[in-house]
Amino acid sequence: MLLHDRREFLKLSGLAGVVFASGLFPGRPSLAQAPDFHFIQFSDSHWGYKGSANPDAAHTLEKAVAKVNGLAQQPDFIVFTGDLTHTTEDAAERRARMKKFREIVSALHVKDVRFMPGEHDASLDNGAVYKEFFGAPHYTFDHKGVHFIALDNVSDPAAKLGDEQLAWLAADLKQRKADDRIVVLTHRPLFDLAPDWDWTTTDGAKAIELLMPFQNVVVFYGHIHQEHHHMTGHIAHHAAKSLIFPQPVAGSQPKRAPVPWDPAHPGQGLGVRDVSMASTPAPKLTEIDMAGV
Amino acid sequence: MQPLQRRILLLTAATIAVGAVGLARASTNEIRISAKKFAFTPAEVRLKAGQPVVLVLTTEDRVHGFKMPQLGIRTEIVPGQETRVEITPEKPGRISFFCDVFCGDGHEEMDGTLVVEA
Repeated sequence: MLLHDRREFLKLSGLAGVVFASGLFPGRPSLAQAPDFHFIQFSDSHWGYKGSANPDAAHTLEKAVAKVNGLAQQPDFIVFTGDLTHTTEDAAERRARMKKFREIVSALHVKDVRFMPGEHDASLDNGAVYKEFFGAPHYTFDHKGVHFIALDNVSDPAAKLGDEQLAWLAADLKQRKADDRIVVLTHRPLFDLAPDWDWTTTDGAKAIELLMPFQNVVVFYGHIHQEHHHMTGHIAHHAAKSLIFPQPVAGSQPKRAPVPWDPAHPGQGLGVRDVSMASTPAPKLTEIDMAGV
Repeated sequence: MQPLQRRILLLTAATIAVGAVGLARASTNEIRISAKKFAFTPAEVRLKAGQPVVLVLTTEDRVHGFKMPQLGIRTEIVPGQETRVEITPEKPGRISFFCDVFCGDGHEEMDGTLVVEA
């Protein structure tokens, strides 16, 4: 996260530390009717990756599954915000990786698991194999009064949502009231986090524009392999850590490149996130680290 | 409005719109850049500040993207076609470009730099 971004976010939301309470819905002053549930966000497991940035890549996802299974309070459901698998040009290998990924995550005790693609899963074949395994890449669901919208900004390899999906989003939002609670799940940042590093969605601003009339919107995404918090107006955007290797802070070095694996601190910078929407205390994000696991 | 005045006005508008000056092709230098998974060749191009050039982009294998956020330029490079991008970098410095159409394992490293000299 850019330092000034983090300072600004902390100032806006009153956040601090690795585990922090956040105004997930900054436009809603009262949380008296907040639903009592939490969910887990997994992101960027890149199953099939082989490289020096994670010599433990064959086991990291399994360890994360075990870690979540060991949580004292199991989540209502789990979301995977893309890059389930690492890219390959061989369609048969892509299927093999998705099959193995699905087999590993089937060990999760919680069986309500929602998937969405990343560019590594879907950009080389416009999501064809992904759909065979995980179904539609964009969809909605509702849980205890909260409306969830999964957006696909990767099946188009140019990182576009596209006019058709934007029209679908607009039609869905037409059915919502201005103070409905809305959670958006996607892979790439919808805003221009770092265009030089391709950390953006080409037409993401159009989606944000559609969401702006709604008071209680929060976005969870992945792609950048690090915790990051940003506000576009009253809409909070939270990026999750990955389960393969961390990426550097945007602009902190000339080029994107994985943060090298540190043998003294295996798993450092990797993790999953718990999102609690309980009324008391206020909704909060809890980062669950994989360091040393 | 006289024709010459009108032409100057249009050129000024182009400068504002894209951050680069579009000039008559006959007076510009052409620089060819070829794309192929997962590199641009050449990956580094040296230019003179204030000198208009046309980047002639081609691809040897598949569709690639060509994005230069600093100049607000984004286009696609399609097999069998030449994509021409007219620019006039105004100040010395480094301008990065990269492929923004995901093209496989190595896509993230597919980039290059315009080095603009005084």
